[in-house]
Amino acid sequence: MSVNALYDYKFEPKDKVENFNGMQLLYVYWPNHLLFCAPFALLVQPDMTFGDFVETIIKPATAAHPDAAKADFLNAEWLLNDEPFTPRADASLKDNGIDHKSMLTVTTPGLNGIANVGY
Amino acid sequence: MAVKNKKLNLKDKYQYLTRDMAWEPSYQKKEDIFPDEQFEGIKITDWSQWEDPFRLTMDAYWKYQAEKEKKLYAIFDAFAQNNGHQNISDARYVNALKLFLTGVSPLEHAAYQGYAKVGRQFSGAGARVACQMQAIDELRHSQTQQHAMSHYNKHFNGLHDAAYMHDRVWFLSVPKSFFDDARSAGPFEFLTAISFSFEYVLTNLLFVPFMSGAAYNGDMATVTFGFSAQSDEARHMTLGLEVIKFILEQHEDNVPIVQRWIDKWFWRGFRLLSLVSMMMDYMLPNKVMSWAEAWEVYYEQNGGALFKDLERYGIRPPKYQDVANDAKHHLSHQLWTTFYQYSQATNFHTWIPEKEEMDWMSEKYPETFDKYYRPRYEYLAKEAAAGRRFYNNTLPQLCQVCQVPTLFTEMGAPTKLSHRQLVHEGERYHFCSEACCDLFKDEPEKYVQAWLPVHQIYQGNCEGADVETVVQKYYHINIGEDNFEYVGSPDHKHWLSIKGQKPADQSKDAA
Repeated sequence: MSVNALYDYKFEPKDKVENFNGMQLLYVYWPNHLLFCAPFALLVQPDMTFGDFVETIIKPATAAHPDAAKADFLNAEWLLNDEPFTPRADASLKDNGIDHKSMLTVTTPGLNGIANVGY
Repeated sequence: MAVKNKKLNLKDKYQYLTRDMAWEPSYQKKEDIFPDEQFEGIKITDWSQWEDPFRLTMDAYWKYQAEKEKKLYAIFDAFAQNNGHQNISDARYVNALKLFLTGVSPLEHAAYQGYAKVGRQFSGAGARVACQMQAIDELRHSQTQQHAMSHYNKHFNGLHDAAYMHDRVWFLSVPKSFFDDARSAGPFEFLTAISFSFEYVLTNLLFVPFMSGAAYNGDMATVTFGFSAQSDEARHMTLGLEVIKFILEQHEDNVPIVQRWIDKWFWRGFRLLSLVSMMMDYMLPNKVMSWAEAWEVYYEQNGGALFKDLERYGIRPPKYQDVANDAKHHLSHQLWTTFYQYSQATNFHTWIPEKEEMDWMSEKYPETFDKYYRPRYEYLAKEAAAGRRFYNNTLPQLCQVCQVPTLFTEMGAPTKLSHRQLVHEGERYHFCSEACCDLFKDEPEKYVQAWLPVHQIYQGNCEGADVETVVQKYYHINIGEDNFEYVGSPDHKHWLSIKGQKPADQSKDAA
């Protein structure tokens, strides 16, 4: 469907990639760790390697959780935009097929959050 | 010459001062004079069927409201002169006012603009007059709320720049975008959204907790505002029901259009009220009732009866009400832990509920609190005691439609986020729920323009790249005064000194 309006109602999306000064948005959801209330919204360089992304962005973002130290993110189970995904650590985000406003879901088996209730 | 009957009776007066203010145009076409009345597809065959149950005319309105406000301001003065803020239950209560002043009072002003606008757009005089009066009500409420709370601004932090914050602060984009959505719709959708779905179906969930909350917590200024606004609110609710019945009775083609609006605005209102849920359960030191109880009484029972009544027009209860009903067991807890972790970026404080409060929640939420939420607070309390009060140092993903962080969980699976995403014209969009995703699919052109605070920060439009600069410079939140944890805050210390107590933790006092 489309909006019902008095005139031709067409506007540019506000969050196109060109508005982010060479960077792009990437969301990361770590299920069963709701200490972080929602997926992280991260600003990343498209040409950084996936390995660097895990080291310099994911690890600091998750560090406050007691499971973070035990998590092996690189070898965890990943979804990219809800599809199974095997990241290549030495390839860039772009070459891994991660585009602007993509969402990664990373599951770390055996780590079920604080008090075993997904927190 | 003697005039026999100088005074008009009420019925004649109403006729002369409202319906007779309209006329059939002869120079211009009606659709040119009221250009917004057609495009939504609502068919009105006879405007004279519009019933105004109050028959209020402008002169009577003016006289009545002036008397009410004279009394109201006398009480505000007395409250200020007697240092009424010292008699509240606890200074944590003031944080509910901070949320109200930044989140709700500006909506009263937005409602005033909305009703003033649609009050010009209907060709029926009865509807125009009703909207104009409600516009003035809303403007008055915005003003009287600010006056009621202004005394607190002299004694507590975070109340100093509400209207400015409303246009900028991340969580205030939730109420702001709600009303922008309604105001940018056509006049019939606006009335279905605000008069019916909000004022009639959901408003008790906002006003009852706030005004009873004020009474339970010794805030006489806000209680008095509540009493003063009550007669207006009753009129707004009656208008809401009248509007919907009138539209439905005019033409059967209106039914599916109205049904879609009810589905949309029930859901948008429910998402907006998630802020109220945490206010009720967490921010009122003396509790009135739980969010779950309020939802049962004011939505499930009253709303249930209403939709039963509307059945004869072919209207069914809102889509996704089952999700909202299920969420009553979780909503306030999920919201409060969210605000707890982002307190560095709010104009109010958060805290871990006290032991008695947690026991109250165990009693009110027997199936969920002890299982899912008490362990969270036990963990957070342990961390805070060890000097590691938890703040989330990354920004959250926001829903493209309701603009709340995508924190909500699936019905029946309270540890799994109900996130959805889709691609529209080559761009990816993310949602907190199936319902918000559906709203996007209905009107994508509207929501692709959403001003999402997190994305705006990352685009460099909020005066800084780091949270501290954005909070201080762009939001006007005074760091260390307005934001962070309640315990040890300047508000907390100030309250202890009013009550003649010393802070329990001397090291925090020295900080």
